[in-house]
Amino acid sequence: MKGFLIRLVDVYKNFNSLRVLNGINIDIRKGETFVIMGESGSGKSVILKHIIGILHPDKGQVLFDAMEIPRLEPLALAKVRQRFGMVFQGSALFDSMTVAENVSFGLHTHTDLGEDKIIGIVKEKLRLVGLTGVENKMPAELSGGMKKRVGIARAIAMNPEVILYDEPTAGLDPIMSDVISELIVRVQKTSQATSVVVTHDLKSAYKIATEIGVLNNGVIIEQGTAQEIQKTKNPFVAQFIHGEARDRIEEMMG
Amino acid sequence: MADHLGRFTHEFIDVIAGTGRFVRFSAAAIGGIVKGFPQRSVLAPLMMEIGLRSVAVVLATGAFVGMVLAVQTYPQLHKMGAETSSGPIINLAIVAELGPVLAAIMLAGRVGGAMAAELGTMKVTEQIDALSTMGQDPITYLVTPRFLACLVLVPILTIYSDAIGVVGGYIMAVKFFGISDYYYWYQTSQYVEKWDVGIGIWKSFYFGGAIGLICCYKGFQADQGAQGVGQATTKAFVFSFIAILVGNFFLSLFFNTLYSALYVV
Repeated sequence: MKGFLIRLVDVYKNFNSLRVLNGINIDIRKGETFVIMGESGSGKSVILKHIIGILHPDKGQVLFDAMEIPRLEPLALAKVRQRFGMVFQGSALFDSMTVAENVSFGLHTHTDLGEDKIIGIVKEKLRLVGLTGVENKMPAELSGGMKKRVGIARAIAMNPEVILYDEPTAGLDPIMSDVISELIVRVQKTSQATSVVVTHDLKSAYKIATEIGVLNNGVIIEQGTAQEIQKTKNPFVAQFIHGEARDRIEEMMG
Repeated sequence: MADHLGRFTHEFIDVIAGTGRFVRFSAAAIGGIVKGFPQRSVLAPLMMEIGLRSVAVVLATGAFVGMVLAVQTYPQLHKMGAETSSGPIINLAIVAELGPVLAAIMLAGRVGGAMAAELGTMKVTEQIDALSTMGQDPITYLVTPRFLACLVLVPILTIYSDAIGVVGGYIMAVKFFGISDYYYWYQTSQYVEKWDVGIGIWKSFYFGGAIGLICCYKGFQADQGAQGVGQATTKAFVFSFIAILVGNFFLSLFFNTLYSALYVV
């Protein structure tokens, strides 16, 4: 189908005997911010890892720019990954490198830019996420919110076409969560990148999303804009967005 | 009965699959030398950590091995009036066996454990996934330089261990137990050949490669959490230790057979 940059077509994935993805169908247009919401452990991060090729589906297709990601040879996949940036849930900053070395890692690995140019880009990306003067700090010296922002700066350093965010506000206080949501919106406006965000933070999702997909039992059970999702008639989606336990405790206790 | 058989078969298949995964991992790590030789900025700190910072502990290991060999061999030989034979016995044991093996075991614990813990921590904090997503092959970037550093430095450290072991044995045997200096070295020169020194160093290349590959592999396999990293570190040392002992046995057999084929008429 034309016009979609990222497509997951009937994707199934098992981990040992556990079926995590049960026929996922997602189509994401260029420039969209697609948010995948769902309960903890529902398989949201697994979807992200399929898009960037860290995981391969047991059945189905994962397409980026009409290329089948699982079928790419390692060198070709490495080249395609340069068009992506990923922000990990725990930031995944390289412990042994400074902030500047983390942010410039992709630039040093894949470009021939001079050191002065690279330093300029690093400072600009850090300024975009509201950080200055931290270039020589080590990740261990940073707060959770600062690590998240350095993670975003690293992800956008190469001006990627697609940015993947894995639970970007996890573990942050409400104010910092909103800061990160604002940054995601700002980065999207500045770069026009396509964003795929995995979260269970409803406030963040409503703020950043052009389209939301709700994941349950390995399938997308509802998809729409933030307004459409909030008016849902689906009982699970309603329970999720209102944060109500209902009979879930009994289910868990068997 | 069927249940036991089924479980045994399942575990046997797991072992085969695990061995296959390790072989592929090792091939990728060694292939990384050709794909992109590690940069000096990556290799130099590793060689400092693995090599320079291990010198003291390797020297201590070698020195005490040499001294205890003298302490153990002298009383037995003295009873038979053959104490001048201490020289070749101590020095052959050091250069061909104990120097390389004990230095390798020390390094498996110190260096191998540290590598497994570092890479295991990187695995559980998704830093290895982050490398992949940035178009960088984690094995070429992380494992190849560590493998190269171990391959080059373990033999060098073995030479240090051998040298200090010989000195330690000499001090105990000659200066402490009073064996004749002349006969100690004369007998050594009659029975310890360059071949014996050489096989110790060739073995240490195998030990270095095994430590590098096994410990990095176990780090990459770490399960989630502190317990996962701890288990990976323990497994790294245990498997390296087994590889050193088993490899040493077969290499000793091989070199003895080769010596007989080449030099014994």
